[in-house]
Amino acid sequence: MYEKEKDLISAFLRGEVDRRGMLKGLGAAGLAAGTAGTLFNMVSTQALAADFDWKAHSGKSLKLLLNKHPYADAMIANLQAFKDLTGIEVTYDVFPEDVYFDKVTAALSSGSAEYDAFMTGAYMTWTYGPAGWITDLNEWIKDPTKTNPQYAWDDFLPGVKNSCAWNGQPGGALGSEDAKQWCIPWGYEQNNLSYNQEMFDKAGVAVPKNLDELSAAAAKLTKDVGGGVYGIGVRGSRSWATIHPGFLSGYANFGQKDLNVSADGKLSAAMNTAESKAFHTKWVSMIQESGPKDWSTYTWYQVGTDLGAGASAMIYDADILGYFMNGGDNKMAGKLAYAPFAANPAASAPTPNIWIWSLAMSNFAKDKDATWYFLQWASGLEHAIFGATKMDFVNPVRASVWKDEIFRERLNKSYPGYVEMHDISAPGAKIHFTAQPLFFDVTTEWAATLQKMVAKQVPVDEGLDQLVESIDRQLKEAGLG
Amino acid sequence: MASTATLRKPASGFRISRKMLPYVLSLPALLVCIGILIPFFTAVIYSFQRYRLSQPWARQFNWGENYLNFVTDPAFWNTLKVSLLYAGITVTLELLLGLGIALLLQRRSTINNFISIMLLLPLMIAPALAALMWKLMTNPSFGILSYLASLVGLHDFRWASSPDTALLTVVLVDIWVYTPFIMILLLAGLRSLPTQPFEAAALDGVPRSFVFFRITLPMLTPYILTATLFRLLDSIQQFDIIYAMTQGGPGNTLTVFQVEAYLNFFQSTNVGRSAALLIILWAITYTLSNVFIKNWLRLRERARGEA
Repeated sequence: MYEKEKDLISAFLRGEVDRRGMLKGLGAAGLAAGTAGTLFNMVSTQALAADFDWKAHSGKSLKLLLNKHPYADAMIANLQAFKDLTGIEVTYDVFPEDVYFDKVTAALSSGSAEYDAFMTGAYMTWTYGPAGWITDLNEWIKDPTKTNPQYAWDDFLPGVKNSCAWNGQPGGALGSEDAKQWCIPWGYEQNNLSYNQEMFDKAGVAVPKNLDELSAAAAKLTKDVGGGVYGIGVRGSRSWATIHPGFLSGYANFGQKDLNVSADGKLSAAMNTAESKAFHTKWVSMIQESGPKDWSTYTWYQVGTDLGAGASAMIYDADILGYFMNGGDNKMAGKLAYAPFAANPAASAPTPNIWIWSLAMSNFAKDKDATWYFLQWASGLEHAIFGATKMDFVNPVRASVWKDEIFRERLNKSYPGYVEMHDISAPGAKIHFTAQPLFFDVTTEWAATLQKMVAKQVPVDEGLDQLVESIDRQLKEAGLG
Repeated sequence: MASTATLRKPASGFRISRKMLPYVLSLPALLVCIGILIPFFTAVIYSFQRYRLSQPWARQFNWGENYLNFVTDPAFWNTLKVSLLYAGITVTLELLLGLGIALLLQRRSTINNFISIMLLLPLMIAPALAALMWKLMTNPSFGILSYLASLVGLHDFRWASSPDTALLTVVLVDIWVYTPFIMILLLAGLRSLPTQPFEAAALDGVPRSFVFFRITLPMLTPYILTATLFRLLDSIQQFDIIYAMTQGGPGNTLTVFQVEAYLNFFQSTNVGRSAALLIILWAITYTLSNVFIKNWLRLRERARGEA
């Protein structure tokens, strides 16, 4: 029964038939969507199991530490497939993002073996890695006896994959030859423009192409849209999270850096160059003129919900915020559009800094081989396709998913312009920070300085000079400067 | 004979000598004390170390360096200033308000009892939740308090998001949450005061202000000291309200001790600096407690002497 259909799915999984061809064939065979889905899962599980002993750790159990996020939701929805495939039992704890990383730090710093794997951001691995809390995953990725031959490590987007690899040397280049793979990318965010098309039309504003145009457009939107709508949403809380999205993406587009690395490996702050001061001046002025009134309390949550509720006309933030606000029960669902953004008029392309939700293995994991089975399944192509096509797993980190026509069509239909935005900015997308253990000190103080500038407590020039002085002192104290 | 002696011995084996009895009785307290002292001394040791979780290889004793660094660090002096200012303002205002409300509710009646119970409700809300509630109410775009402020001409009032008004905003939340605590303590004190001096003053036609300043206030002082001590110790260690509303910002406006120590530990994983900050905070609270307790004991002795 269904032998022909199974052959068709197997051909797809071998790469001999594309997804459209498979679906067309299944449709022609008169298969209902539900039956086709069941059959697909069954055959893909068999295909996964064909070349690799997925049952090697059957009977073992793992525990995960997860952040409440659509990526985690997609994984949980598909978790039974992993249990069926491997016979490994998986339990998990889910925490909201406000307290998630405190929980991770507490669990890891105490050497607890409670969790085998956990969600993390790449920046966090700059603390966890040198502290000896997480494992270099190269040992497993490069071992053909432990990794499914279909895993396709080369399928990961290079900028994203390299951003999760660091050699542990302060200032060391991400993705270098000697880099340790501290985590596996799972889903990622580029920082671009998401805007309200209706408001843009009403105010007669064109999509801005650089920082000057962005400031001017935001000011016009604030003035002309009315109803208390403000022009531009960006983060402003006293946190590292204020620096890494739109702010650093624009900053990096002007060729500016957070830190300089000398020939002997010493670090020094680099935020008080003339170009940096010019960028900061424009950024601060844009927030003062067209940002939210309580900008200094804005996290990703307020930035996103304001766009979704029609309180702001655009955001320069994570593209997936624009994605999620364009659906569901949001007031502005269906009215949002997307655009890649290069802040520097002289730049040839956008250079979005990226946030990567990743999976890492605890160094205290009870069974690292079994944990790696979970990590390779969760970051594997089959789960990525499942998440991207059946759940809200955007942005996927595998090139093949971005090439998947069904996925692209789904996005193009419901989120016009999203795929195009992604494709244009993806080549320049990577982490633009300098990898070093004082990342959170530097970025939190940078955010506090921005707050002072926006509140006019300190002029931009003076504020940046003070910031550099303070960062240099801290780097010296830590033996890095 | 021998068998009789043998029978008596087991009883004496379990008997605790009179000398040992106090030590045995204080054993549970000693165990609790050890449970408190171990983390405390661990923190003291950490505070004398260069200890960042992200640089385990660089961990070493630097003795007083963490403390010496504070001397030249403007961020530390700002932390000290903000913490003391916050504690001073909140406790003073809460004391005045709490005393005023307690005086209004002093007379026992159904309505007064009902109001005093209702006024306790904020105290039953977790401070972090109260802060989030106030964060919504003070939202400049849609907050009810922003709307009310605009009615009295305060347009574009930015509450916690402006360095000029951030302290005022968190102080308001603190007052809303903790004034009932002072009120209930002082109300209990007022209602337990002996009635004779007040009756005598009433018979003599003594003015109310004289009664308040010369009779009520002196007799209520031990209660005021107790309430002030509890609130002062708590408010100088404030974390949840400030962190939930501002994360210590804007800029460094509200980086009080606990917020700074929390960020140093959980975000920067700088254990040494975080521990040093908390030890200084401990020293401040210890000193304040001593001052208050000595004054409280002095007042009690005076009261006994007069009695």
